[in-house]
Amino acid sequence: MNITLRVWRQKGRGDEGRMVTYKVEDVSQDMSFLEMLDVLNEKLTLAGEDPVAFDHDCREGICGACGVVINGVAHGPETTTTCQLHMRSFKDGDVIDVEPWRAKAFPVIKDLVVDRGAFDRIIQAGGYISAPTGTAPDAHANPIPKADADRAFDAATCIGCGACVAACPNASGMLFTAAKVTHLGMLPQGQPERAARVVKMVNQHDEEDFGGCTNIGECAAVCPKGIPLDTISQLNKDLLGALASGKL
Amino acid sequence: MANSTLTKQRSTAFKSTVALKSAMAVTGGILVLFLIVHMYGNLMIFGGQEVFDEYSHHIRVIGEPMLPPEGALWIIRIVLLASVLIHAYAAFTLWARARRARPAGQRYQTRRKPVQQTYASRTMRWGGVILALFVIYHILHLTTNNIAPGGASDSPYERVVNGFQIWWVLLTYLIAMIAVGFHLRHGIWSATQTLGANKASRQRVLNITATAIALVITVGFLIPPFSVFFGLVS
Amino acid sequence: MTELYIEGDPIRDEKAPEGPIEQRWDKRRFSAKLVNPANRRKLSVIIVGTGLAGASAAATLGEAGYQVSSFCYQDSPRRAHSIAAQGGINAAKNYRNDGDSIYRLFYDTVKGGDFRSRESNVYRLAQVSVEIIDQCVAQGVPFAREYGGLLDNRSFGGVQVSRTFYARGQTGQQLLIGAYQALERQVAAGTVKMHTRHEMLELIVVDGRARGIIARDMVTGEIETHFADAVVLASGGYGNVFFLSTNAMGCNVTATWRAHRKGALFANPCFTQIHPTCIPVSGDYQSKLTLMSESLRNDGRIWVPKKAGDQRDPRQIPEDERDYYLERIYPSFGNLVPRDIASRAAKNVCDEGRGVGPGGLGVYLDFADAIKRMGRPAVEAKYGNLFDMYQRITGENPYEVPMRIYPAVHYTMGGLWVDYDLQSTIPGLFVTGEANFSDHGANRLGASALMQGLADGYFVLPNTINDYLASGPFEKLDENTPEAKEAAESVRARINKLLSIDGNRTVDSFHRELGHIMWEYCGMERTEEGLRKAIERIRELRDEFWQNVKVVGTNDELNQSLEKAGRVADFFELAELMCIDALHRRESCGGHFRAESQTEDGEALRHDDEFAYVAAWEFTGTGEQPVLHKENLEYEYVEMKQRSYK
Repeated sequence: MNITLRVWRQKGRGDEGRMVTYKVEDVSQDMSFLEMLDVLNEKLTLAGEDPVAFDHDCREGICGACGVVINGVAHGPETTTTCQLHMRSFKDGDVIDVEPWRAKAFPVIKDLVVDRGAFDRIIQAGGYISAPTGTAPDAHANPIPKADADRAFDAATCIGCGACVAACPNASGMLFTAAKVTHLGMLPQGQPERAARVVKMVNQHDEEDFGGCTNIGECAAVCPKGIPLDTISQLNKDLLGALASGKL
Repeated sequence: MANSTLTKQRSTAFKSTVALKSAMAVTGGILVLFLIVHMYGNLMIFGGQEVFDEYSHHIRVIGEPMLPPEGALWIIRIVLLASVLIHAYAAFTLWARARRARPAGQRYQTRRKPVQQTYASRTMRWGGVILALFVIYHILHLTTNNIAPGGASDSPYERVVNGFQIWWVLLTYLIAMIAVGFHLRHGIWSATQTLGANKASRQRVLNITATAIALVITVGFLIPPFSVFFGLVS
Repeated sequence: MTELYIEGDPIRDEKAPEGPIEQRWDKRRFSAKLVNPANRRKLSVIIVGTGLAGASAAATLGEAGYQVSSFCYQDSPRRAHSIAAQGGINAAKNYRNDGDSIYRLFYDTVKGGDFRSRESNVYRLAQVSVEIIDQCVAQGVPFAREYGGLLDNRSFGGVQVSRTFYARGQTGQQLLIGAYQALERQVAAGTVKMHTRHEMLELIVVDGRARGIIARDMVTGEIETHFADAVVLASGGYGNVFFLSTNAMGCNVTATWRAHRKGALFANPCFTQIHPTCIPVSGDYQSKLTLMSESLRNDGRIWVPKKAGDQRDPRQIPEDERDYYLERIYPSFGNLVPRDIASRAAKNVCDEGRGVGPGGLGVYLDFADAIKRMGRPAVEAKYGNLFDMYQRITGENPYEVPMRIYPAVHYTMGGLWVDYDLQSTIPGLFVTGEANFSDHGANRLGASALMQGLADGYFVLPNTINDYLASGPFEKLDENTPEAKEAAESVRARINKLLSIDGNRTVDSFHRELGHIMWEYCGMERTEEGLRKAIERIRELRDEFWQNVKVVGTNDELNQSLEKAGRVADFFELAELMCIDALHRRESCGGHFRAESQTEDGEALRHDDEFAYVAAWEFTGTGEQPVLHKENLEYEYVEMKQRSYK
C-alpha cells in the first residue's frame, strides 16, 4: 500500500520546526510502524537528505524508548507502543500525521526525539527503596499478600515512555509519578519512606514544569502497559496523608 | 536526609498541584452540598407563595436570637464566597500551569483525537467561567433584584414567577443548569479521585454516582422555572 | 588454517584461589586489598552500560563511596536491553525443598555450558545467586508470589528443580528497574554522575592501565575525554552482528571491540546462543526479531508437514501427514529438549524444504491439543500475554491457527576475557555481564543471564575492584596527555572518514548483508568451507563499506546514521574474528554445531581432548592474523560427559 506521511521536522532545539510531507510506497501490512519509517529513512539517505530522527531501541514494546503521536493519538490507533503498531492498522492511501511528544518538560532534541530526563529526575527525587547492596534480609522474611504484590506489579509495569504526558491535555506527568508511588507504596519494604517519597516526587514533578492532573483519564487510555488511573488516586491519598500525618 | 530539607519539601508540597486540586475538591464538595439544599428550597415553590416566601424569610432569621439578624445567612455566604474564591484561584492557577506545561510553539500541529475523555471533562474550565458569570447574573436577578425582567417585587415568589414567564430568562437558566450538570458530572468524579477515594473496582460506581447526582441537581433546578413558564405555578 | 591466525602463549587465570571450591570466593574476598572509606572519595570509576551488570555496579560502587561516572547510549539508564528478558532468574534458594542447592546449580550450569566454562567462576555465581534474590526483594522488585505471600518459583529450561524466580513475563524489566532506581538514588546522592545519550568510542590506556574513555555526546556530537582510576565495561553482547537478532536496535560491540583493539583479549567470540522460539521473519524490511518465552514449549507441540512444499492451511493437514519431529527424534524429552537442540532441528527440517510460512523459514507451534486438553480459558490464563504479542506482530490468531516459530540469535556467551576478579588483560579494565565471557561456557541455561549480570554488578565486581583500586589513585591526567589526545584524534578521524565517503549504499544495507553472511555461515551450523567463504566475503564487504557507505548529516548534531555506521564498522571486524574462532574450533559444542564433528546419528560431537579450553584472541591489526591464547579448562568437580537427549 502507499502512504502519505506528514512528519514533524526540527533540526535542533533552536529550530522552529514544521510538518513535512513524504510519500512512502510499497508499504507491507506486516511492517511495524517504525520499519515503515526505516524504509522512508533509507530512501531519504540515498537521496542525500537528512533521515527522520526518532527514538527506538528494543522494538518489542518494553524499553519505552519509542513513542510518537500518530494522527493525534500517542502511540497511534492501537493501545500499544509505537514499535508494536503495525501497518495493518492503516489502509492504502492514508495520510498519517506524525509528531513528537509535546510538553515543556520534554523539549524536542531533533525531529521526533524528545528529552525525557525529567522522568529520571522524578525517580531520583524518591522513586526508590533505600536498600544498599548487601544489607537485605532473606527474601522470605517478609511475606506479602498476593493482592498487594499484584497491585504493586500492575503499577511497576510502567515503561516510562511518556505517552501519558503526551496525551494529557495538561501535559501532566502524574500517571508516571503515581505508578512508581503505588508500586513502592504497596510493598512492606516501601513503607519507611512512603510519606517522604510521595512528597518529594510530587514536588519534583511540579518542579519539572509538568501540568497538574485534572482526572481526565487520557493518560491511562493511551498507556501501552495499562497503568490504571486509580494509581493517581492512590498518589493523592498518600500525599494528603503525608501532609496530614506530620510524619515528615 | 536532613530534617530541614524534608520540612522544606513538606511546605512546598502544600503548594503542589495535588494540594491545589484537593482544595478544589473540598470547596467543590461544599458547593455541591449547597446546591442540593438550594435545589430543595427551590422546590418549595410548589407549596405556593406563602410557603415559599416564608422559607426565604426563614433563611434570614435562622439562629436568632443567638445570632444577629441574617447572621447565619452571612456565615453561609462567607463560607460559600470563600469556597468559590478558593475554587477559582486553584482552577486558574492550574489552568495557567497547564498552558505553561505546553506553551505556544510546542503545541500539537494536528488536532488531537480524544481517546476516552468526555465532553464534561474537556469543558470544565470554560464551563466554570460561564457558571461564575451566571452566578453574578443570578444574584443580581433573584437576590438583589437589580435585574428584574417581568417586574420587581419584594416577594421572592413573585420575582420567580415574573421572571420565568419570559422565554429568554428561562433559556439563560436552562443553559446555565446544563452547564452545571456537566461541571458536576466531571467535578464530583474528579473530587473523589483527587481525595484518594478511587480504586479500579470502584471506578464504575463512582462514575455512575457522579452522573446521577449531576442529573438530579440539574433536573431539580429546572423543574420550577419550567413549571412557571408552562403555567403550572402562577 | 594457520594462515588465518597465529598461536601464542597460553594464558591462565591467576586470581582464582586454590582449595575447596566452596571456599574460593571467601578466600578471594579476604585476600583482596580493601580501600578505606575516606580514600574511596578520591577514587573514580567509569562504568559503560546501564543494564543489570552496569546499573547494579554503579549503584553499589556509588554506595561504597567511589566517584562513579556512568554512561549509556539510551536517553535513560532504564532502557538498557536487560529490560527485555522475559523468563526469570535462577537462584539456589531451595524454597521448594526439591533438592536444589548451590552445588546443584553449579553442576547444572557447568554441564549446560557444555564444559567450556570455569568451575570456580560458576560456583561463585551459584553462591551469590542466593543474595541476589534477597537484594532485589528488598529493593521492591515485585516477584510473583503465592497466596501465602511467599515467592513463587518455576522450573525453566529443562532442569529438574524449580529455582527460577519470575515477575510474570517481565522479570528482566522488574530487575532492571530495581537496579535503575538504586542507581538514580546514587545520582541524587551525588556519588554517581550519569551521562545519558553518550556512546563510548575509544578506551584510553596510559602506562598499560585503562584510565578513561572517549565518548561522543550523541546530541551535540562533542567528543569528550573522561578519566578515571578504573574502567568497567558492562556494555552487553554483540548479537546484532547478525543484523536480525532479539537484541535491541542499538546493542553493539563498539565498547568491547575498542578495548579489544587496545589489548584486551576477546574470548570465544563464536559462542552465540540461538533461541528456538522466536517469531519468524516476515519480509526483507524486517528490523529485528521478537522472542517468545520458551515456556510455550511446555504445552505446545512443534511440527512441520511431512511433505516438502506443502502449502495447505495447517488446519487442513491431517494428523498422519504431520511430522512432530522433536517428539519423533527425541522421544524422552520431546518438545522440551534444550535450546540448541530444538533450534538445530528446526533448521534441519526447513533445510529439507518442509519449513512453513514466508520463505519456508518457520515451523508450527501448535496449541490445538493443549486447548482441547486444558480448555481455552486455562491456555489463556497461562499464555495469554504471549498469544496477544504474537497476534499483534503477525496479525494471526494463535488460538485458531498454529503459531509459526523460528530460531534467532539472542545471546552471546563470548566476550572480553576476564580473570576471576572480572579484570581483563588490560589492568584497570573490568568487564561484567554479557560483555565478558566468563560463566556460561558454550551454551547458556535459561534464566541465567539475569543471574550473572546482577551477580557481577552487585556482588562480584564491588568485592574485587577494590583490590586494584587500593593501589590508586593514579597519576592525574588531562586532555593533553598524549594517549588521551591520540585516542580523541583517532575517534574524530574515524567520524570524519565515515562522513566524507559519501558513497551509494546505506549503513543498514551493509549491516543487513553482513548479517546474512553471519547467519548463513556462522549461525547454527558451521562448516570449514562455509566459514572460509564467509571470511572472504566479510573482508570484501568491509572494504566496500569503507569506500561506498553513505552517511548523511554532520557530526555536531543528533545523527543516528553516523552512530550506526560506527557500530557496523566494528561489527565487520568482530565478524571476521568470530568466523576465525568458529573455524579453528573443529568440534560441535553447546549452541553451535560443526558439520564435520557429529556422531553417526547426526548429533553434536564434542572433542574434549582437543578443545577443552577458552580461546582468547589478541588483536594485531585490522585484517591481520589474530593471536590465539588458550586458557586450559580443568574440571575437578564435574565429570565431563557427552550430552544426550534421546
